[in-house]
Amino acid sequence: MPEAIPTQLPDAELQLASLAEQLRPHLTPDTALVGIYSGGAWVAERLKQLLDIREEVGQIDVSFYRDDFAEKGLHPQVRPSHIPFEVEGRPLILVDDVLYTGRTTRAAINELFDYGRPARVELAVLADRGERELPIEPGYCVWEVDLEEGEELILGREESGRLFWKMGRNDRG
Amino acid sequence: MAEMLTQSRLNPQLDAEGKLQHLLSTEGLPLPVITQILDTAESFLEVSDRDVKKVPLLRGKSVFNLFFENSTRTRTTFEIAAKRLSADVINLDVSRSSTAKGETLLDTIDNLCSMHADMFVVRHATSGAPFLIAEHLKRIGRDDIHVVNAGDGRHAHPTQGLLDMYTIRHYKKDFANLRVAIVGDILHSRVARSDLHALRTLGCGEIRAIAPKTLLPGYLEQLGVKVFHDMNEGLRDCDVVIMLRLQNERMNGALLPSAGEYFKRYGLTPEKLALAKPDAIVMHPGPMNRGVEIDSSVADGPQAVILNQVTFGIAVRMAVMGILAGN
Repeated sequence: MPEAIPTQLPDAELQLASLAEQLRPHLTPDTALVGIYSGGAWVAERLKQLLDIREEVGQIDVSFYRDDFAEKGLHPQVRPSHIPFEVEGRPLILVDDVLYTGRTTRAAINELFDYGRPARVELAVLADRGERELPIEPGYCVWEVDLEEGEELILGREESGRLFWKMGRNDRG
Repeated sequence: MAEMLTQSRLNPQLDAEGKLQHLLSTEGLPLPVITQILDTAESFLEVSDRDVKKVPLLRGKSVFNLFFENSTRTRTTFEIAAKRLSADVINLDVSRSSTAKGETLLDTIDNLCSMHADMFVVRHATSGAPFLIAEHLKRIGRDDIHVVNAGDGRHAHPTQGLLDMYTIRHYKKDFANLRVAIVGDILHSRVARSDLHALRTLGCGEIRAIAPKTLLPGYLEQLGVKVFHDMNEGLRDCDVVIMLRLQNERMNGALLPSAGEYFKRYGLTPEKLALAKPDAIVMHPGPMNRGVEIDSSVADGPQAVILNQVTFGIAVRMAVMGILAGN
């Protein structure tokens, strides 16, 4: 493994708590969270507990909205999106684990609008690795990190539900 | 790799990497491909519940519905599926136009290729017509165009077979412990054939065929299917009952005495259904002949999942087209 990879990755649990505190003052009684599969959905689920949000967490899989379908085809494991609340007129916080090119966020916003017209959509992420290819910025973010191309930051989840970071390699953008 | 190449040569539905290139038959369709289609369909089912029942996957693609044999319902479900994927859909009523003027099948295809088609959905009275089209596309170097068989002769109706599998999986989860009965005109049914092959691949515990001798093909026992001529015996302890449509033309062909006689022996009544497991589901590919193969009280009863099959069918067809267009 190249040395550019941080030897000591930060504690994702501490970051989660800090992200929750960033969000807390901005919540309204009808705010709902939507997590992007799979890492973002885990983060959203934990934020709901930490912030005592009553509304069930929505989950979306952006496979049907990706802009690289023509080159890469359909992801072999698509999971059903599930938005258990009325999107129309609601303030939403879109949650992802890592923000990179912004293309996944773009796809997720497009998908959300097919459920209705939200009052507002904000973006909360644990990590931002920069190198955006679209004009998208997170409203809430804990960790800004520089990675080499091909390196990938992956959020893992233990059986207990505890979240942790690991490094991987990926050719995808 | 060599194995893959052999597979793609034997099975023109798959490309050299074993990916789905066309959907021509459930026969020879590998388990991972079937599973991917069923899993993907589950995600598409959710799309139909949204405000906007559409995803942008096939934006800019042209899907041609080529129905050389009439079928309003199947054509409509393919049309809805393609439109929910944002494709442009062109319906060609070929049975009434070019063919009637004497154009050959492959000339029709060549013309449509020049119109920048991305996918052909083909229904044809002749078994093997979609295979012929797929091979022709390869020969003329247009294997970027995908073919979906929407029913060819007595041969196959793979999307119906797959939607039947989706339905069974939806209600019964695991195939290994299931007893599935297919009842009726199995001899002439492309649906029965597509179901049989898919059920075998999915590892169905026991497959039964229930029909009079005149409506049964000879190959069933070779496929491990248990054959019954007595419906009461065949239905006993079944988890799934798939009824087939009795085509009226069979009545004239001396294969059957009369509709009334057929209903008495092979029509699904509440009394006969009571012999199956109490939670057995009743399926039918439609259109139904009430009072011929199925009693109205069963067709409208709590065990019938016939209308849900239609809903699932759209999601399964979206999955097939979505996967094909990406390969």
